[in-house]
Amino acid sequence: MSLRIEGLSVTYGARRIIQHLSLPPLPTGSLVALVGPNGAGKSTLLRALAGLERMQGAVHLGDEDVTRLSFAERARRLAYMPQQLPPGLALGVLESIVAALRVGAADDLLATAFDALRQLGIEHLAEQGLDSLSGGQRQLVALAQLLARNPQVLLLDEPTSALDLHYQLRVMDAVRERVVRHRLLAVAVLHDINLAASHADCLVMLEKGRVVACGTPAEVLEPQLLAQVYGVEARVEQCSRGRLQVLVDRALR
Amino acid sequence: MTAQALDGAALAAWRYRRLLWRRAGLVGGLAVLLALAVLGDLASGASGMGLGQLLHGVFDPNALSATERVIIWNVRLPYALMAVLVGAALALAGAEMQAILDNPLASPFTLGVSSAAALGASLAIAYPLSVAWLAPSAQVTVMAFVFACLSVLLLQAMSRLRGAGVESLVLFGIALVFSCNALVSLLQLLATEDVLQQLVFWTLGSLARANWQKLGILAAVLALVLPFSLRAAPAMTLLRMGEDRARSFGVDTRRLRVASLLRISLLSATAVAFVGTIGFIGLVGPHIARLLVGEDQRFLLPASALVGALLLSLSSIASKLILPGVIVPVGIVTALVGVPVFVVLVFRRGRRL
Repeated sequence: MSLRIEGLSVTYGARRIIQHLSLPPLPTGSLVALVGPNGAGKSTLLRALAGLERMQGAVHLGDEDVTRLSFAERARRLAYMPQQLPPGLALGVLESIVAALRVGAADDLLATAFDALRQLGIEHLAEQGLDSLSGGQRQLVALAQLLARNPQVLLLDEPTSALDLHYQLRVMDAVRERVVRHRLLAVAVLHDINLAASHADCLVMLEKGRVVACGTPAEVLEPQLLAQVYGVEARVEQCSRGRLQVLVDRALR
Repeated sequence: MTAQALDGAALAAWRYRRLLWRRAGLVGGLAVLLALAVLGDLASGASGMGLGQLLHGVFDPNALSATERVIIWNVRLPYALMAVLVGAALALAGAEMQAILDNPLASPFTLGVSSAAALGASLAIAYPLSVAWLAPSAQVTVMAFVFACLSVLLLQAMSRLRGAGVESLVLFGIALVFSCNALVSLLQLLATEDVLQQLVFWTLGSLARANWQKLGILAAVLALVLPFSLRAAPAMTLLRMGEDRARSFGVDTRRLRVASLLRISLLSATAVAFVGTIGFIGLVGPHIARLLVGEDQRFLLPASALVGALLLSLSSIASKLILPGVIVPVGIVTALVGVPVFVVLVFRRGRRL
């Protein structure tokens, strides 16, 4: 199964944020990273896929036209994760996941919720309050809310922003592992291009609402393209473990 | 799945259920406290009639003198029950407002809904329409309701504007309070002495106009609204975790908001239409309830209603005891008690906003 996006446009008033965007089919079992400079339309594209922005164009998941699905049906297949859980909520960790399930989802709420926590290795946090967690732990809880709902597509809006190194990797490893094991499709907006290169199967580089490159990290990460899109002078080198690394030397202009 | 992991899940499930029971217990405890407060409210009053005598009179009305009967049936009971219903209505409205506007300072009083209702009521009092199908007293209630709805819609429109944060919404609410109060003052200035007295009633929330018909209407409104509130509670809990998250989990937030606004208008408008503006119950009630039972709206909404009812019952007792022989309008009491609590809330939130 795959997610197919054809001719997708999003406009705010007179301003076109995304312009007739089409992508090759994104197969399940892969992690796709949306990269590009600020204002390229990455988050807008993700929100449009989640049904949070009004859009034109076609989005198919397998044989189904996603844009024709009802709110609840769409939510069952595609799950969207905003950047942060709001602060100051008097909710427990397990409780917050049960709450996420209570609207139109699983039968055995408690077992499903706990299972989601365990899969991310944070079951020991079950009884803690959300407010007592670190930013990284909160992000894992937010991810557990998504996973518990058992969607086919994960839409993650900057899941690692504001996280420290340890949790950047924990969150992305967890996504990667679920994608492979459960044959999910994850589409994530990532600012850290090296994190994208190390975890994603496919990079989609956007600029001003258009796709400028799409392919494996090795195909997309080209010094010339980085100079054109980000305005930086960069080298793309393989580290001693064979991974691609983007090394930025200076800003152009 | 290993046996150890299964144990972990079973343990977590058990602890979670225990938490739910504890919360249900707290809600039950609040109900018991409320019952005690109502008894206290019934037992206090200028006539010096004690609780025993009073209860005896309720169950055996013939044992009483005519005066005592009037005191019990036309004063003590309606006052005490009105305090319960109005407190519950205001706090429930406040709790829903805080959830759907995502604003800890939201309440019918602080965001101007009460003031708008008072303006509507004042207009109806000062310039009653001479239509046959709507009695003047009903016009007051209807106008209060219409104005309360309008103010809630205005707030809703404000909160949806791009860039309008928590602070701007509160500032807009304050602006609404001041404009409505100014217009009410203008009406008072233009009013005849007779009308003026009725208008002043609106600026001093008081239980003194309670009667059985009003009690019946308010009880019916609460009984109508509460089941819908509880049905919407899981979706509201999700909404508290963020609008986009809730929507992407399949909550139709627009419909949720519209339905909730309707409930808020109904609750606050009926409460305000019958007793005038009573402040801070709708703000403080939900906050105390949140400290007790947390954010899960299935518990928070009923707990808020109970805390609100309890607070207003206690205020009602205080209003009879502050000045011997005089019943101070209960709105004055709640404002005096509410202001310090409000300030504490603002300072506690200040670190986070």
